[in-house]
Amino acid sequence: MSIEWRDVTFQYAGAARPTLVGVDLHVAEAELVLLAGRTGSGKTTLLRTINGLVPHFSGGHLTGDVVVSGRSVRDHQPRELADLVGFVGQDPLTTFVTDVVEEELAYGMEQLGLDPQTMRRRVEETLDLLGIADLRRRALRTLSGGQQQRVAIGAVLTMHPKVLVLDEPTSALDPTGAEDVLGTLARLVEDLGLTVLLAEHRMERVIPFADRLLVVEDGRVTGGPTAEMLESSPVAPPVVELGRLAGWQPLPVSVREARRRTPALLETLGTPPARPPAVPVSALLQARDVVVRYGSTVAVREVSLSVGAGRVVALMGRNGSGKSSLLWALQGSGRRDAGQVDVAGADPSTLSADRARALVGLVPQNATDLLYLETVDEECGAADAQAGALPGSCRLLLDRFAPGIDGDRHPRDLSEGQRLSLVLAIVLTARPSVIALDEPTRGLDYRAKQQLADVVAGLAADGCGVLVATHDVEFVAQVADEVVVMAGGEVVSAGPSGRVLAESPAFAPQMSKILGEGWLTVDQVRAALV
Amino acid sequence: MVLVASVTVLARRTDAPWALSFRLYLYLGLLVITLRVLFRVLFGGGFGTTVILDLPAIPLPDWAAGITLLGPVTSEALLAGLYDGMRLATIIICVGAANSLANPRRLLASLPPALYEVGTAVVIALSLFPQLAESVQRVRRARRLRGDPGRGVGALRRIVVPVLEDALERSLSLAASMDSRGYGRAGELSTAQRRTTGVLLVGGLLGLVVGIYAFLDYSAPRFMVWPMLLVGLGLSAGGFLAAGRRVRRTRYRPDRWRLAELVTAGTGIASAVMMSVAAQARPDVTVPFTGAAPPLSVLALAAVLVGLLPAFVTPEPVMHQRPERGAPRETVADHPQAVAR
Repeated sequence: MSIEWRDVTFQYAGAARPTLVGVDLHVAEAELVLLAGRTGSGKTTLLRTINGLVPHFSGGHLTGDVVVSGRSVRDHQPRELADLVGFVGQDPLTTFVTDVVEEELAYGMEQLGLDPQTMRRRVEETLDLLGIADLRRRALRTLSGGQQQRVAIGAVLTMHPKVLVLDEPTSALDPTGAEDVLGTLARLVEDLGLTVLLAEHRMERVIPFADRLLVVEDGRVTGGPTAEMLESSPVAPPVVELGRLAGWQPLPVSVREARRRTPALLETLGTPPARPPAVPVSALLQARDVVVRYGSTVAVREVSLSVGAGRVVALMGRNGSGKSSLLWALQGSGRRDAGQVDVAGADPSTLSADRARALVGLVPQNATDLLYLETVDEECGAADAQAGALPGSCRLLLDRFAPGIDGDRHPRDLSEGQRLSLVLAIVLTARPSVIALDEPTRGLDYRAKQQLADVVAGLAADGCGVLVATHDVEFVAQVADEVVVMAGGEVVSAGPSGRVLAESPAFAPQMSKILGEGWLTVDQVRAALV
Repeated sequence: MVLVASVTVLARRTDAPWALSFRLYLYLGLLVITLRVLFRVLFGGGFGTTVILDLPAIPLPDWAAGITLLGPVTSEALLAGLYDGMRLATIIICVGAANSLANPRRLLASLPPALYEVGTAVVIALSLFPQLAESVQRVRRARRLRGDPGRGVGALRRIVVPVLEDALERSLSLAASMDSRGYGRAGELSTAQRRTTGVLLVGGLLGLVVGIYAFLDYSAPRFMVWPMLLVGLGLSAGGFLAAGRRVRRTRYRPDRWRLAELVTAGTGIASAVMMSVAAQARPDVTVPFTGAAPPLSVLALAAVLVGLLPAFVTPEPVMHQRPERGAPRETVADHPQAVAR
């Protein structure tokens, strides 16, 4: 059993240049292979060639050949490879065919025409293997994100594939849910001898398990043992960056390995940088006892919060802990059943949409919901007109966040990061004093995240108040002054980011795990070394 | 009959999304009755003798000859409208009841293999609607975050474009997922064989449709009924067999006919038979005269009440789980009477 790419070049119909160029690779049996690369570098396309979704489903032109266990994708449709390759996508909910866990697990086997006894046995085995036996009769929609993703993995495992392909399986999950899924994968490789190929932005969690790393850059793929590849990889987790900075050889790939080397480094570093004492700043947004209810469920329970001028406040917590509901309530567009919100002496929910937008801007989780025109220029022009701003102000903002976007391009064709910048620019054209971002790092690679962090820091420097709801611990460590942790609609802990993040192991960034309390980001270490 | 359907729904409803639609059907039924009666008042029709409200008739211009507005309202006309409306409403509510109890995907599971692929497409299309509603809601909420684009085409575009893009993306993702999980794997069959199957199936279905129509419509020539039904049945059976051989697919834990299912289906049939016997004995039970108070027949009443049985003999549905399949059969089987009237 092996996967072989033989000089594969692939170009989407209508694309200016090929997405994959001359890929020559061999993946052996029972390996866990991690794919790294920037967004839009061709990771997804490479993964989809394994079961023939590219080119059979996507269209486009493929030269060369991909051979999986002796079967060529050139003359096998994805459905004919279903018993060999299991494919799990990013958003499990959109890929479910049935609506109950047990039936979803059985669906693939029904298509293969297995006999009922085998199906019964395999469903039971898979339920146990993934630790989801108690969910068997639950409706898929009612599961949490992590549970849904594990069901999606189970649904392909019941077909007993030789290869498991996962495209960013944890991008929508909170840290705990992601941990569950990745832990499960590591066990599968260990116990079943599956070959697993995985694209993942949060490399830090997978790297310790990975046998090989494939780096995809502009359609070219290079591969090798993990530690070796990481030295030159364009994307790398914080622990690797620390290793590069300290000149450690070989590079540490896990927090544990790095910790063994720290004593010497800590001596040169000295004491962690003291955070500037929190100067009392004027609060731009004051919320008291906000309650949001949907039917009989209380999404937000008496939350009080304030955002000062020039401060960045991060909202953290599990999926469904009430972060989004709170943001919408503060903006004035969402439900609010009790409590007060005060922005510059006014309550946004009592104002017209236009005036509320000028007080609090919100970039929703599905940022593309705000886009509806054909080109970037049209969107910018509409935003100027709608906000009553000078023509060109939106474009000016956009160029500041993401310079050099062609104005004639369709917003859908932009990369994830560029699209986010566009929506952010549109929202900021109304000049709100407080800006709220809901899960902005979703689908962003390390570099795009760094750019977003710079943008957020720039906004704060301009005197804006910024409120970010996110799962991303490393991002919070980088940008936030204060952190508010929510659970079940209530505030569990709140305070300066250094303290709150170090307090709980689930939210600790890699740097504080390695170097101890006080260190949050690689940048701090870099500054201390210079 | 409506009451029976309601009780069954209330007793055996789950918390699944489709179960919440029953109220909607009830409102629709009420609306139908009101409209029927209102039309009777508006367009008079003016038959019957018992005038209960004398409104002035408004003469209409020549091109609308034959239609009178308002005019004397007779109790006969009102009752006729009421009965008409009630009949239609009952049909609607019964369909609604079936709809809110049955899980469309479970229904698909009982389809013969030959119809499986078409059935899957239909079920997925059906399940798209709640998703569409969800994304319309989300996009409408997001609209407040950007300025108002004004009215008309611009405003519509604001909602339609993101919603359609969302729906398209979801469908593509679902299609990719189904494809990579082996949906539609081809068996070993030649094109000719496939074509024969298609012809057999279509011909059979056509025959069936014509036969059923002739059976229900008494004005159609009698000779069409049984031959057409038989030919149709034969052809489709052949088609199903041929198609079934082509499809290599198995079912995980297929539904079995247990006592509860048998009883439910039985009550439906019993209720239909009793009602048609009652209708033959006293036609005015099912089609009441407008001149007198509708008579009550013990048999007809019993026929309706039999429909209540499934509400008690089927097992309690478990929330967050698939609904019991027994209950819907009662309402589905209830239809023939309503339709036959």
